[in-house]
Amino acid sequence: MLDAILNFEILRNTFYTGLIVGLLAPLLGTFIVVRRLSLIADGLSHVTLAGISFGLFMQKKYTLLALTPFHTGIIFSIIGAIVIENLRGVYKAFQEIAIPITLSIGVGLSVVFIAMADGINTDIYAYLFGSVAAVSRSDLYLVLFTAVFVIVVIIFLYKELFALSFDEEFATVSGIRAKIIHYLFIIMTALVIAASIRIVGVLLVSALMTLPVATAMRIAKSFKQTIVYSIIFGEFAVIIGLIAGYYLEIPPGGTIVITSAILLGLTLLIKKWYLAYIYKG
Amino acid sequence: MTNLITVNGVTHRYDKHKVLEDVSFTIETGSFVGLVGPNGSGKTTIIKLILGLEKLQKGSIEAFGKPIEKFHNKGHVSFVSQKANSFSRGFPATAKEVVSMGLTSKVSLLRPTTKKYEYLIFEALDRVNMMEYANHNIGDLSGGQQQRIFIARAIVNNPSLLILDEPTVGVDTENVQQFYQLLSQLNEELGITLILVSHDIGTITTHVTDLLCLNKSVHYHGNPGDFEHMTDEQRSKIYGHDMHTITHDH
Repeated sequence: MLDAILNFEILRNTFYTGLIVGLLAPLLGTFIVVRRLSLIADGLSHVTLAGISFGLFMQKKYTLLALTPFHTGIIFSIIGAIVIENLRGVYKAFQEIAIPITLSIGVGLSVVFIAMADGINTDIYAYLFGSVAAVSRSDLYLVLFTAVFVIVVIIFLYKELFALSFDEEFATVSGIRAKIIHYLFIIMTALVIAASIRIVGVLLVSALMTLPVATAMRIAKSFKQTIVYSIIFGEFAVIIGLIAGYYLEIPPGGTIVITSAILLGLTLLIKKWYLAYIYKG
Repeated sequence: MTNLITVNGVTHRYDKHKVLEDVSFTIETGSFVGLVGPNGSGKTTIIKLILGLEKLQKGSIEAFGKPIEKFHNKGHVSFVSQKANSFSRGFPATAKEVVSMGLTSKVSLLRPTTKKYEYLIFEALDRVNMMEYANHNIGDLSGGQQQRIFIARAIVNNPSLLILDEPTVGVDTENVQQFYQLLSQLNEELGITLILVSHDIGTITTHVTDLLCLNKSVHYHGNPGDFEHMTDEQRSKIYGHDMHTITHDH
């Protein structure tokens, strides 16, 4: 594969994008998981699918070339993020309801646009399950821009995001502007989901945000350690998953998630044996 | 003595239900105020109003000489909530990381946690006798130890006023006395003004300098000693509610 990566730009783009989302998805995922918002990624990925389907439809019917399906996906994802945050404000006592509402609207719109664009084709298949050969140079630049934006915001607002995730009331009393930071956070999530979809696909993007974090939480002692381990597990899964996907000719979404799941299973087993050993000793 | 907080004619409703009616009182600098009242008496609401977590409907509140609407908390006021014990136990954070959250108004990654901040965190941990647990996961600590960590988080930024809403919920009775002693120390040694919300009058009267009985409106505000010498009947009258004092041997 190394030869192929060196020789084919599109594979190289995929590999770089994979490395970037392998970092971004678990990084944001750590905050998402501890805030008990794991399902938000599923909600947003389906809204992104609606955007992608809209883009495919526009491309097919009106040869809209200025915006690719990737662009319309990002736009829909950000709109979906704002809708979710507003709905969470409306249903204060049942905040989680915002996610199924957004998810079903996303799926509904996707079905309509896919049908209007004359049904499922190979393009949409690549968006659903990921692809090793779908990332153009301009896509890569967009993903790179997302990465810089997200990393800079997290570096600046790490303490605020951490405090809000742990105890929102205390954070608000301390003078943290919770509302603005929540919006910023969910928009970053929307961007990372849209970026990750090229690699892992709509249906599996939430897995890349939660499985590495679930694995890291079993062994990390601190919050910072959880982030670092999550990123290591995320990168490992992406690299192994992309290589396996390439050789086995399977969409990488599947191989990346299976690798993550194996890592999780192994970690749980090793932790169990380790604890049993400690208690025995 | 100057007034840190002045509450004047505050009335508050949730939908049609009136929870506070014409409440007025002042909190003096350096005092240790016990805010007591039965469940549903509006204790948490008045605290939320003072902390700016709830919008003022009628009346006025001044904090540090400024109307509460214009008061921006830059570490002057800190808070330990009753919910501190019900945070998700599996949260992957060490005690030290939890305390560092109290410095959010001062620190961000661009101004990295320098030795000075590290020193402040350890000083706060030492103050609450939890130094040796700095690197323990917060979920692995007992209810009383967790609450000490939350006190450390609240004092690490060196506040002038510390508000505690039912902080002993979930703390076993053995540790409750030590916990109140710690609060007295913060008040006497560091000069932090304290407002302690509780429904357990019996225990707190021995520690506080002022007692404030709230049941929709203020029923008593003064010396806890005078309150202790009253008969149960007099107290019930003041309290505006049937009440029983829980006495604790210590």
